[in-house]
Amino acid sequence: MAGLLRLGDDLVDPPVQMARMLPHLGLVPLLIIWVGIGESLKISLVALGPFFPIYFNTYAGIRDIDERLVEAARTCGLGQAARLRHVVLPGTLPSLFLGLRLAIGAAWLSLVVGEQVNAQTGIGFLMMEAREFSQTDVVVLGLLVYALLGLISDLALRVLERRMLTWRRGLRAT
Amino acid sequence: MASGTAGHLNGAEPVLTAHAVRRAFGSAVVLAGVDLTIARGEVVALLGGSGTSVVHGTAAVVFQEHRLLPWKRVADNVGLGLSGVDGPSRIRRALAEVGLAERHRAWPAELSGGQAQRVAVARALVREPDLLLLDEPFGALDALTRLRMQILLRRLRAEHGFAALLVTHDVEEALLLADRILLLDEGRIAAELPVDLGPTRTPDDPAFGALRRHLLDRLGVPTT
Repeated sequence: MAGLLRLGDDLVDPPVQMARMLPHLGLVPLLIIWVGIGESLKISLVALGPFFPIYFNTYAGIRDIDERLVEAARTCGLGQAARLRHVVLPGTLPSLFLGLRLAIGAAWLSLVVGEQVNAQTGIGFLMMEAREFSQTDVVVLGLLVYALLGLISDLALRVLERRMLTWRRGLRAT
Repeated sequence: MASGTAGHLNGAEPVLTAHAVRRAFGSAVVLAGVDLTIARGEVVALLGGSGTSVVHGTAAVVFQEHRLLPWKRVADNVGLGLSGVDGPSRIRRALAEVGLAERHRAWPAELSGGQAQRVAVARALVREPDLLLLDEPFGALDALTRLRMQILLRRLRAEHGFAALLVTHDVEEALLLADRILLLDEGRIAAELPVDLGPTRTPDDPAFGALRRHLLDRLGVPTT
C-alpha cells in the first residue's frame, strides 16, 4: 500500500516511521494490560517484532524497481494487475527476503521476552526456573536451543531464497 | 508538413499519424509540434531527436537498453503479455529468427549485450506488430555488434514487412535502414529526405556516401 500508492504512502508511512522509533519490547507493559500474560501476549509480541524489518525492506524494494522495466511491461500490453505480478512482486522479492531474515531474528527475540514474562511453559520459562535454582547448565542449554532454532530458521529461509532467486547473478563468495 | 512519400510503399493506410507532437524533457523541447505519418511497411528514421506518437494498430517498442525482466527466463521475457495457445511455438520462432533458439532457458543476466538486445527484438517481433518503435535500439552496443544488429533488423524487416519509426543519432544507421529520413532541429522537422538506395544498400555505395555527406552537412558536421 505505502509502496505502491501515493495516498497509501502519505497515510501509512509517517505513523509507521513514528512507531519504528519505539522499541517494540517497550510495549510489553502496555500489552500485558491489554491482552494479559497468556498465550496472546506471546503472539502479539511475535507479530509486532518482525513487522518493521519486513515493512521497511519491502518498501525499499518497491522503490528500487527500475521504472523502465515497468514501462517496458506496459508496452508489452500488461495491465496494472499483470505488471504487479510480473514486475513489481518478483522485483521486490530480494528485499523481501532480506526483510524476512531480519524479521526471523526479531521474532525469536520477541518470543524469548514473551516466554520469560509469561512463566507457564516454554524454553524461556524453563530457563527462568533454572535461574531460581542456579542451574547454569539448564540456562546454557536453553540458550543453545535458541541459537539452534534461529540458525535452522535462517537456513530454511536461505534455501528458499536461493530457490526463488536463481536469476540473480550477484558477486558470490569463492 | 507534406507527406507525399508516405503512401508510396504499399499504397495502404498509414499505421501512424501524429499531429503537432510535442515532447519536452525539463526545459529541453525535443519535439515541438511535429506532424508525422508512417505508411504500412515503411521505415522512417528520426535523426537527432526522440519522441513518441499516436499509433494505429499494434506497435511494439525496442528501447535503447534491452529492458528484459531479470527474473524471467529468455523465453518468458519474449512471451511477456502474450496470450493464446500457440504462444510457445511463436516464442520459439521469434527466438530462432534472432538466432537465439538454444538460449531460451537462459536468464537475461547470462546474456551478452548484443544477445540481450536480440531478445528484446524477439520480444517485439513475437507480437507481429504493424509498427516497430525503435528508440535508439543499438545505441548501447559496440560498433561491430551494432552492425550485426542493423543487418539483422534489415533482414527481419524484409521478412515481416513491418513499418518502423527509428529514432537515432547515427547517420549511417538511418541510411542503412530507413526509406525516409526526417531531420530534426530544435524539435522541428528541418528536412525530409527519401532514401532511394534499394534494399541491399551498403556504405560503400557512392550514392550512400553522397547522402551521408549531405546529411552530415545539414547537421552541421564538417565532412572534409
